[in-house]
Amino acid sequence: MNDQTLTPEERAANLKGMGCARKRVEDVRFTQGKGNYVDDIKLDGMLFGDFVRSPYAHARVVSVNKEAALAVPGVVAVLTAEDLAPLGLHWMPTLAGDKQMVLADGKVLFQGQEVAYVVAEDRYIAADAVELVEVEYEELPVITDPFEALKSDVVLREDLEGQTEGAHGPRKHHNHIFTWEQGDKDATEAVLAEADVVAEEMVYYHRTHPCPLETCGCVASMDKVTGKLTLYGTFQAPHAIRTVVSLISGLAEHNIRVISPDIGGGFGNKVGAYAGYVCSVVASIVTGKPVKWVEDRMENLMSTAFARDYWMQGKIAATKDGKITGLWCHTTADHGGFDACADPTKFPAGFMNICTGSYDIPTAYLAVDGVYTNKAPGGVAYRCSFRVTEAAYFIERMIEVLAIKLNMDAAELRRINFIKADQFPYQSALGWEYDSGDYHTAWDKALKAVDYDGLRAEQAQRVEDFKAGKTRKLLGIGLTHFTEIVGAGPVKNCDILGLGMFDSCEIRIHPTGSAIARLGTISQGQGHATTFAQIIASEIGLPADDITLEEGDTDTAPYGLGTYGSRSTPVAGAATAMAARKIRAKAQMIAAYLLEVHDDDVEWDVDRFAVKGAPERFKTMKEIAFAAYNQAIPGLEPGLEAVSYYDPPNMTYPFGAYICVMEIDVDTGEWEVRKFYALDDCGTRINPMIIDGQVHGGVTEALAIAMGQEIAYDEMGNVKTGTLMDFFLPTAWETPNYITDYTVTPSPHHPIGAKGVGESPNVGGVPCFSNAVHDAFRPFGLVQSHMPHDHWRIWKIANGLGMHG
Amino acid sequence: MIPAGFEYHRPGDIASAIGILQEHGDEARVIAGGHSLIPMMKLRMAEMGHLVDLQAIDELKGVKIGSDTVSLGAMVTQHEMITHDGLASAIPLIREAALQIADPQVRYMGTVGGNVANGDPGNDMPGLMQCLNATFELSGPDGNRSVAARDFYEAAYFTAREDEEILTRISIPVPAAGVGQAYEKQKRKIGDYATAAAAVMFGQGTASVAMTNLADTPIWSADASTALAGGDVEGCVAAMLDAIDPVADNRGPVEFKKHVAAVMLRRAIDRAQSRAG
Repeated sequence: MNDQTLTPEERAANLKGMGCARKRVEDVRFTQGKGNYVDDIKLDGMLFGDFVRSPYAHARVVSVNKEAALAVPGVVAVLTAEDLAPLGLHWMPTLAGDKQMVLADGKVLFQGQEVAYVVAEDRYIAADAVELVEVEYEELPVITDPFEALKSDVVLREDLEGQTEGAHGPRKHHNHIFTWEQGDKDATEAVLAEADVVAEEMVYYHRTHPCPLETCGCVASMDKVTGKLTLYGTFQAPHAIRTVVSLISGLAEHNIRVISPDIGGGFGNKVGAYAGYVCSVVASIVTGKPVKWVEDRMENLMSTAFARDYWMQGKIAATKDGKITGLWCHTTADHGGFDACADPTKFPAGFMNICTGSYDIPTAYLAVDGVYTNKAPGGVAYRCSFRVTEAAYFIERMIEVLAIKLNMDAAELRRINFIKADQFPYQSALGWEYDSGDYHTAWDKALKAVDYDGLRAEQAQRVEDFKAGKTRKLLGIGLTHFTEIVGAGPVKNCDILGLGMFDSCEIRIHPTGSAIARLGTISQGQGHATTFAQIIASEIGLPADDITLEEGDTDTAPYGLGTYGSRSTPVAGAATAMAARKIRAKAQMIAAYLLEVHDDDVEWDVDRFAVKGAPERFKTMKEIAFAAYNQAIPGLEPGLEAVSYYDPPNMTYPFGAYICVMEIDVDTGEWEVRKFYALDDCGTRINPMIIDGQVHGGVTEALAIAMGQEIAYDEMGNVKTGTLMDFFLPTAWETPNYITDYTVTPSPHHPIGAKGVGESPNVGGVPCFSNAVHDAFRPFGLVQSHMPHDHWRIWKIANGLGMHG
Repeated sequence: MIPAGFEYHRPGDIASAIGILQEHGDEARVIAGGHSLIPMMKLRMAEMGHLVDLQAIDELKGVKIGSDTVSLGAMVTQHEMITHDGLASAIPLIREAALQIADPQVRYMGTVGGNVANGDPGNDMPGLMQCLNATFELSGPDGNRSVAARDFYEAAYFTAREDEEILTRISIPVPAAGVGQAYEKQKRKIGDYATAAAAVMFGQGTASVAMTNLADTPIWSADASTALAGGDVEGCVAAMLDAIDPVADNRGPVEFKKHVAAVMLRRAIDRAQSRAG
């Protein structure tokens, strides 16, 4: 333990701290089937809930007849809006300042909306009884197009009729939710009017869905004796859920315990509150028994939170040499039947105003109009920070469109417009202060790594060969340089339902020198138990293997706002480092006492404090930990623990350079990714293996979104892609090999310089794949085509360009 | 995704299975691998009071390789068809097509009998069996009979099989030496039904051409086969495009499917030709 023969480097390596490709400690249980997910929770006397859902996208609910269902043996209750109304729970507040029906209150606004909740002693009985609930509907005109919604006389939200003011300002029409404006409209329009070149395009980012492997669910258990409600659920923000449950149910917050057990992927889908949670809580309170509700895959895809669905009209102005002078964007945002976006309160379109991207654009204007339609509510950040994938897709398409207009190489156009390393911290035209970056270095490294010039030469030859009839395959080179904005965030401008978006960590050192740390976040696969232990290991010199991480139990963990938007490392990771530093500060005093020197006369050395100038005189953290519990040290309390609540001074701005090389068969629309190179700069790297894993996962989800995944509706508002047969979830077969790379530009304001990485690959990946498709057809005249780029849509591009003879 | 209740039966021979079907009429259905029926039951799109599991019936199992004919028991799984070397050397087209069905997990359970009997236009085996000119053997209350694969399919999920009959075996003539075979399938991803698929046998002056998921039944075209036998590839493609009747769905619009159908057919012909002796 006190081995003096080890070098400081060897001692540091033994800690498995920051920078170590430490194996994920979670995987021991996950790979042996020993995870504990919501559906694994089985409590005595547990009942099961199941929903009667609307087959119609827009209809009046004339009547609900429960008699036949209630007559089934084993059926305990059938709840409707009428039953919830006396409790005031037939509607619930959304995270976006709107309200949402828990159960259909007079009408339904999307297919799959919850109409009645059946509670039964057995999951099968509940499903049988759902079939027997008779609901009479009167169909109403369906609107699935947000542009039509803004013109239509049909009032979707009759409950809001006459309300000209919404949560985010004036409403212009009965199907309009909000207008959100950023930047300088007049100045931007002046720049556009005077510019040498203006490129204009509609960029549509289609509706899709996070589709975590585990669907949403909960178990509500009301103990009538103690008056305590325990709510297990797939919650990405357990503490916020506890507060919300308290506020809407009237139960005292100390009587509510929310537990997020293992979660099988979230990707934003598990941030919001769903009808299933409310109904299960009510059913448990009424029956006094635990009630489980777990949705199936089709319910997940059709009713819980979707992502994207942004129509982004763009104009980009430049000099004839390609220096961008202005950017204008008007977005029509389809929010579905209720505005249930999960964004910080003051950002109804999330951080869409990061849409100037990686570029030094002096003047810009953004307006977003939120609109109601007959689609499912949501608008969550699917593996991205709030609306950042939309923003990145928009600017990375607009750059390509501008390059076409200028007849310029898109890599060069990016290079001459990047924010330069010496411009950081950089104030963007749409209001953000980028903390740090070195885009040129990353870009040059990426282009060199893939032999960009060689690829362009190969592509030129391919175009010749195609025109000569020697091949039917095109070569596309997709480029993207993205800038993420993650780590919401500063309490001064980021809150959800009034709760500031700080986060927290509490660390307790045990007498024998091991530790437990608890955080306000909750892993859904990110590997917090692995990486946060590494931060602590490096900060306080105890081995990561001796540190237990716990999250997700509101009775034990400190309050935090949860895990989404890549906020865990920027916010809770910072809290972890700060709590560890408090421990180290106390440890220094203990060490000095034990070594009989002044506090200032000891210095930190990897895993110990040593007397300055006498490194052989030291106390290891293990010795210090024991002393904290067995020595009476004058002026110091016993014990060794600390808690930190961290309010970050700014967001962090990870960035990356991605390049995709894609082969496209013009006759079938089939594609093959020949190479995908992903360079990520997430600041300080805590665990390179986990970063690689995050990049692999994020790029794979990007591949899915760009190349086929969508939630599509027909004109009647029926979901056309409600199963995994039609909703594209790539398997190992469709997933290409990825080359990962990195640069390191630490965040100047984060305690360890880390920025967050989990969502960067989705933000960068989607435009990269899409740009590859566009780039393949650019020599033949394609300017813009909408995702998803599935076979028939790619075929349609080729067909439209006359490539089928 | 919770099925309604049902009685489960596991008879040990064909006669008992038919007896159960007779007793319960259209309340009963047989189940082989279950990869079509079980999802439909979970969606409550298929509800039956009695499920007759065929897995304990030995008569329905086994691959028999004869010099002229191959006989596949209805309960032979796709995995067995892929791994059976005798089958692969007698009729290589079967392995090639079976490898295009779904994914390994499904192929361990999915059977050839279920695949051809269900009448799902998306299934790969019906078109393949039409191309190979297979015969389906049926057992029912009135005894046994045979129906040619090319006469078996009437509409989506409607076939020549009567409700109380069970498809027991499939007999396939072994193609003559020197006949090239190829199966070409475009799909969106692993596990998907075909956007378009083509089964082609070509060589020694003969040809047989069938396509999958481009109408409400598999399409074997006599005209297309005759044209190809005469070496007229364009005539074959034209005749097949005339015979198919695709509908628009999430895989794409009709004009796309017709285009891809022609591409798949040409590629299968090319490959079959390259393999012909």
